[in-house]
Amino acid sequence: MNGLLGAYVPGSSPLHRLPAGVKLAGLAVACTVLVLLGSPAALGVAAVVVAGLYALSRVSLAAAWAQVKPVRWFAVALFGMQWLFVDLQGALSTVLRVVLAVALAGLVTLTTRASAMMAALERCLSPARFVGLDPFRVSLLLSLTIRSVPVVAELATRVREAQRARGVERSVRAFAVPLVVGSLRHADALGEALSARGLDD
Amino acid sequence: MSIDFSDVHVRLGERDVLRGVTASLSESRVGVVGANGSGKSTLARLINGLAVPTSGSVTVLGLDTRRKGPRIRRDVGFVFTDPDAQIVMPTVAEDVAFSLRRSKLPRAEVEQRVTEVLGRYGLAGHADHPAHHLSGGQKQLLALCSVMVLEPRILVMDEPTTLLDLRHSRQVAALLREMTQQVLVVTHDLPLLAGFDRVLVIDDGRVVADGAPDEAIAFYRKLMA
Repeated sequence: MNGLLGAYVPGSSPLHRLPAGVKLAGLAVACTVLVLLGSPAALGVAAVVVAGLYALSRVSLAAAWAQVKPVRWFAVALFGMQWLFVDLQGALSTVLRVVLAVALAGLVTLTTRASAMMAALERCLSPARFVGLDPFRVSLLLSLTIRSVPVVAELATRVREAQRARGVERSVRAFAVPLVVGSLRHADALGEALSARGLDD
Repeated sequence: MSIDFSDVHVRLGERDVLRGVTASLSESRVGVVGANGSGKSTLARLINGLAVPTSGSVTVLGLDTRRKGPRIRRDVGFVFTDPDAQIVMPTVAEDVAFSLRRSKLPRAEVEQRVTEVLGRYGLAGHADHPAHHLSGGQKQLLALCSVMVLEPRILVMDEPTTLLDLRHSRQVAALLREMTQQVLVVTHDLPLLAGFDRVLVIDDGRVVADGAPDEAIAFYRKLMA
């Protein structure tokens, strides 16, 4: 979950110093190139480049692994399906594309502060002001979504523990109702906290 | 500085949460105690306009909270019981800086203010740490930093020590003593009110005792006996 949570790793590598907008644009270009690369050999070269970028960023192996770990089972299933319905070369290419794209996105996350990401997003969306869209609100929405993941995950853990304590761990309703109610309560409290911090005008 | 409640009634659905509260609070340290559901948190929320009276009025720094809520919130900081609900950004420093997003301050000044406030509240070493990895006590200190970085003139705290261990409760109490702002604290933690200037006891939506901490707390203890 760390990658999703924006587990920024402080550092001063060239990748850390690169502006967030440049990194996001680079990510978009790199993902397009990954789609265009056809052979496993070419994707193998791309994998070496990605590994080189990770080395350049000087983040730990554990942090790097945390970026691709969440998609490992998906990658295995995808490989199996592709092999079954296409061929081995197609399966290898598809899985490499997905894993490398995730690894690159993770690298951007690891080397970019969420606030810099929000600022870049706001700049990108600034023309949308002309149609009445507030870029700050959009970037805030994104940030709150990311921030809510650990909160809801923690709430789910607490609800599961309470279920076990009451011996109703198999009841879907006993899990869903407190989770939804708790999430809505958290949303209310968060809205109130944002107002209290002067972000409601 | 002053917070004025004038015959304030708050009705939520079928329930009268506050019934005719009138008080003028100008003391530096004001405590509010009462049973669960007595209306004390609603009283706190009225101060920065998060809640508005059904009838009567609340005036803070000369401004009516019903009409000037956003303006008042610039001068009134609010710390909630659950710090998790207040943390917006992934890392500690970013969350504090987030409070200044709309201040238009230069980036260097934002960084300087964030560093200063984190240092003041003992979180300097956690600036780049993920906020959700902090302990409950550290999260409450972060919530306090995120409010104090805005340099409010009044600070309202709603049960700030309820989720804290003894060490962090004491730390919050010590920090409270050092603050230059007018502070209003809603709490069940009676030792936190030591040294306060005034304590209000709320029961069933009414102020039933109002005075020096010793007398008001003694009254509250009897009420709860």
